[in-house]
Amino acid sequence: MGKMMISATINGDAQQFLCDPAATLLDALRDELGLTGSKEGCGSGDCGACTVVLDGQMVCSCLVLAAEAEGRKIATIEGVAEGSELHPVQRKFLEKGALQCGFCTPGFIVASKALLDHNPDPSEHEVRYWLAGNLCRCTGYDKIVRAVLDAAAELRQETTTQRVSA
Amino acid sequence: MPSPQFHSPETVEQASALLAANPQARVLAGGTDLIVQLRSRRIAPTAIVDIKRIAGMSGIRAADGGFAIGAATPCTALKDDKALAAAWPGVVEAANLIGSVQVRNRATMAGNLCNASPAADSVPALVAAGATVLIAGPSGQREVPAAEVTSGPGKNTLAHGEFVVEIRLPARPQGGGDAYLRSIPRTEMDIAVVGAGAALVLDASGTCTSARISIGAVAPTVLLVEAAGAALVGSKLDDAALERMAEAVRVAAKPIADKRGTVEYRIAMAGVLAKRVVEIARQRAEKA
Ligand SMILES: Cc1cc2nc3c(=O)[nH]c(=O)nc-3n(C[C@H](O)[C@H](O)[C@H](O)COP(=O)(O)OP(=O)(O)OC[C@H]3O[C@@H](n4cnc5c(N)ncnc54)[C@H](O)[C@@H]3O)c2cc1C
Ligand code: FES
Ligand code: FES
Repeated sequence: MGKMMISATINGDAQQFLCDPAATLLDALRDELGLTGSKEGCGSGDCGACTVVLDGQMVCSCLVLAAEAEGRKIATIEGVAEGSELHPVQRKFLEKGALQCGFCTPGFIVASKALLDHNPDPSEHEVRYWLAGNLCRCTGYDKIVRAVLDAAAELRQETTTQRVSA
Repeated sequence: MPSPQFHSPETVEQASALLAANPQARVLAGGTDLIVQLRSRRIAPTAIVDIKRIAGMSGIRAADGGFAIGAATPCTALKDDKALAAAWPGVVEAANLIGSVQVRNRATMAGNLCNASPAADSVPALVAAGATVLIAGPSGQREVPAAEVTSGPGKNTLAHGEFVVEIRLPARPQGGGDAYLRSIPRTEMDIAVVGAGAALVLDASGTCTSARISIGAVAPTVLLVEAAGAALVGSKLDDAALERMAEAVRVAAKPIADKRGTVEYRIAMAGVLAKRVVEIARQRAEKA
């Protein structure tokens, strides 16, 4: 079978790309669309460096075929910041030193944001379990967990302030 | 490796026609086993049939007092269905031990079953719960007990052109409770060294009137250990009955030795886990 033409919404923009039927979504993002923020650590679902949000659910893009993306909405690390304005999760990762080599970071940020999008007040236990599918060889995880909890607190603060000022 | 064809049929009939037309075709559900196997070249299908766009294949509906779970329903969606999670907590918990959140947002119980790993986590829970599986194929549909879908490591009993469309769970019986536990060296993201499932029914006096005990990762397929269930029926789950049940489990377990555990360890642990899982099922049955 030849290449397939796929149309999908990526970080809010309608996009089209060509893919081999056996290519993964991660391959398509990186090689066809130039979105190289998602990383391939393992290619087998174990490390989470390739985490993206597919129709509202976080998944390993190395375990999604690009062809499955037809008509779907995909959010990647490239869409997390608003222009040059970092998302609180990103800012807290920097402030707390939650990264060293940085290879795992895009996956952790996408996964952490996905957690806070549906659970604004997670316990440390919930953060650790939620991030069990993201591996980091450098930080020892503790600073990552602190960064996520801090970002959650800041985001809750923001929503309260917004409510008060509204 | 030549590229496979990629199909996303919209009806059950189209899917089974595609599967029937090509013996090398493979069903794609969540892809968490299939894509790993594809990429490691363990399999080289000439066609991939994605069942997720078939109407009705994702989601849970009430059926005959119980539940019909579409074959493409991801494990995380099971947790979100309050009625299902209340009726069959053991099944829902077992499915949500699989991998990480990323994996469970894609992985299905039907894929877990059809992939036929002896260590598949949702399968002992399904077998204990008495789940059945609705299979569609070129000659129509048939319903079989979950335990009959696998025949050995990586082997299922589906005929050419057939695929699973639905997993069915009965209504939770009055006084019923189920549970699943696995033993792994870590807390998350690992393959069961031993797994055990239980589904019990207790009457008002606490006497066990029905018990189904299953074990995983200790034989080529998940086993329903009928003698273990029989050891509990008629008892109040006293220590002597539990020990007879555990002994039946140890006798049934025929594990291999590998880096995860020795034969002796797995047999001993199968008995231990079976006792623990019966205790959790008992607590749930008493609350029912
Ligand atoms: C990182 C990681 C961790 C994992 N951890 C666990 C774990 O802890 N416990 C565990 O049990 N498993 C685990 N798995 C394995 C896997 O996630 C499960 O077996 C999962 O349930 C498979 O479902 P799926 O929908 O992704 O199946 P797929 O990969 O889509 O399919 C699996 C197989 O079943 C066939 N198939 C799928 N659906 C059907 C159908 N409806 N009818 C007929 N055939 C079908 C496919 O053709 C394929 O051969 C893990 C996998 C990964 C990548
Ligand atoms: S690259 Fe996808 S999980 Fe590791
Ligand atoms: S910072 Fe290096 S792997 Fe996480």
